[in-house]
Amino acid sequence: MSATEPMATTAVPAPRSAGPAAGVPHHNPRRPLLRRTIVGVVVLVLAALPLFLAPFQIGLVGRILAFALLVVSVDLLTGVTGMPTLGQVAYFGTGAYTAGLVAIHVTENALVQLAAGTALAAVVAMVTGAVAVRTAGIVFLMVTLAIGELAQRLADSLPLVGASNGLAGIPPITVVPGGEPLRLAGLVYWWVLVVFLLGMVVAFVVKASPLGRSMRGVRDGESRLRALGQNTYPVKLLAYTIAGAIAGAAGTAWAAQTRFISPGDLGFDMAAFALLSVVLGGAGTLWGPVIGAALVILVRDWLASYVEGRGALLLGVLFVLAVYLLPRGIAGARWQPTWSPRFGRAPGASREGAR
Amino acid sequence: MSDALLQLRDLSLRYGSLAAVDGVTLDVRAGARHALIGPNGAGKSSLFSVVAGHTPETSGRVVFDGQDVTGLGEAGRARAGLVRTFQHSSLFLGMTVLENAKLAVERAQGRPKRPWPSPRADRAIRDEAMQHLKSVGLLDRRSALSGALSHGERRQLEVGMVLACRPRLVLFDEPTAGMSVAETTRFAELVESLPREVTVVVVEHDLDVVFRLAERVSVLAAGKLIADGTPEAVRADEKVREAYLGRPRSSGPLFGVAS
Repeated sequence: MSATEPMATTAVPAPRSAGPAAGVPHHNPRRPLLRRTIVGVVVLVLAALPLFLAPFQIGLVGRILAFALLVVSVDLLTGVTGMPTLGQVAYFGTGAYTAGLVAIHVTENALVQLAAGTALAAVVAMVTGAVAVRTAGIVFLMVTLAIGELAQRLADSLPLVGASNGLAGIPPITVVPGGEPLRLAGLVYWWVLVVFLLGMVVAFVVKASPLGRSMRGVRDGESRLRALGQNTYPVKLLAYTIAGAIAGAAGTAWAAQTRFISPGDLGFDMAAFALLSVVLGGAGTLWGPVIGAALVILVRDWLASYVEGRGALLLGVLFVLAVYLLPRGIAGARWQPTWSPRFGRAPGASREGAR
Repeated sequence: MSDALLQLRDLSLRYGSLAAVDGVTLDVRAGARHALIGPNGAGKSSLFSVVAGHTPETSGRVVFDGQDVTGLGEAGRARAGLVRTFQHSSLFLGMTVLENAKLAVERAQGRPKRPWPSPRADRAIRDEAMQHLKSVGLLDRRSALSGALSHGERRQLEVGMVLACRPRLVLFDEPTAGMSVAETTRFAELVESLPREVTVVVVEHDLDVVFRLAERVSVLAAGKLIADGTPEAVRADEKVREAYLGRPRSSGPLFGVAS
């Protein structure tokens, strides 16, 4: 129910953030029916895509979904908890490599791969997070950057995971134990869609839960939350672990689809693109960053092929335009989103709140 | 001694050679209405910060309800019932008023780290949060962003949140700073309406509020406790006058005829 809460903030907009959307009187902020209809239509369209698109295109959409789930995990930390991170690629990679290794050495069953990849990513996130979440702000950003880089170096040098050649020879997944392997792009896509939807549900449920409220409390006033009697360290560690698990699930979906993992998949590019997608889409909304992720991947993988070798330039231009035209991201263009004092400064946001 | 809820024993906070709090020993009785006054820079807020556990003390002990809480952090002390308000309203500005209250209620009685919703528990939290909002007169503002509240309303919400923590002792740090006269009166009424199970210690500049609310007044100057007693006794205290007005050059009256 409280997934609708971000909308509730429109009821009385902050007078300071006088945007064009400010102050729509008598506008009912809670419209669960409309919301459910939109969600239903989007899910149906996504599910129907393999019936209309060519295998190459459906592969692109599948990669977008897997990447988008990684981006959602970044938003859970960056937008909801107020901890901008570059380290989620490490857990994405953990999930992807675990799924790949399980597929090669143990079983082709996708459920097992998903479970193993998610669980291991959560454990790794908890262990590394135990150190990382002791820091905050720019230091935290640097620590997570180091975690991401470390994971890539590790993947780049470990013979077990194919080192710099990448992990090749991942067999196609099966969903039913002992069933037919899914070779058709559309069938694999449906599995990726299932993982994506599962991850989204987990993210939204967590955001709406008491833990989610505590996470937003950390974002808006960590020391105030402590003064209310909350030890903020476990909240941050829990958020970090859950985000790591979601990134791991995204990694298993990625591996199921590409059937090849290279250390480049968890490089700095990926981390930066993920953070870019969050900013582009609207930090803290979870659904906005999904649109941001789609935009980033479409520009990088599809539009860029028309302007040879200038994909990065296009992304740069896109980012600059977005920051100027949509300071609160795509989601923020529609209503006043929640803002975080640590990240994505709201115009005229009170300085008192940052403490 | 036995009915002292809060005992400070030789509490000090030093920054290098500067003693912000200098060997303060003080008892606050359970149920007391205790005021802490002193000139600017006397160390009142520093003392509060140390008592609340926000700033670690240099030396000394804090005993709350017979239990040594010196080693306990801010969150631990708040859970034990020793809660403070902030000199500058410090709310969760990106959230609604109701959510601010829910955050406070959840700390005290919910499971603030539960990562899934539970309709029954969530309704109980909501009901109690609404009740606290009602008691501070903010019920009809519950869906406003707390960043959109006026200064006075923010202080009301601050009080509501502190009460939602089910405190046994509240440290109010200059609660009426920046309030209008009407808001100040309203705040005083709010404190007067608190049940006696809640002990109140207040740092205040507005001496009208102090003498209206407090049954006992402690005076801090340059980090030291220089007086402690009933409002009347403190008002008459020579050292207090000196701290506020300075030491007269001659021993003669301040506005006397030049001899």
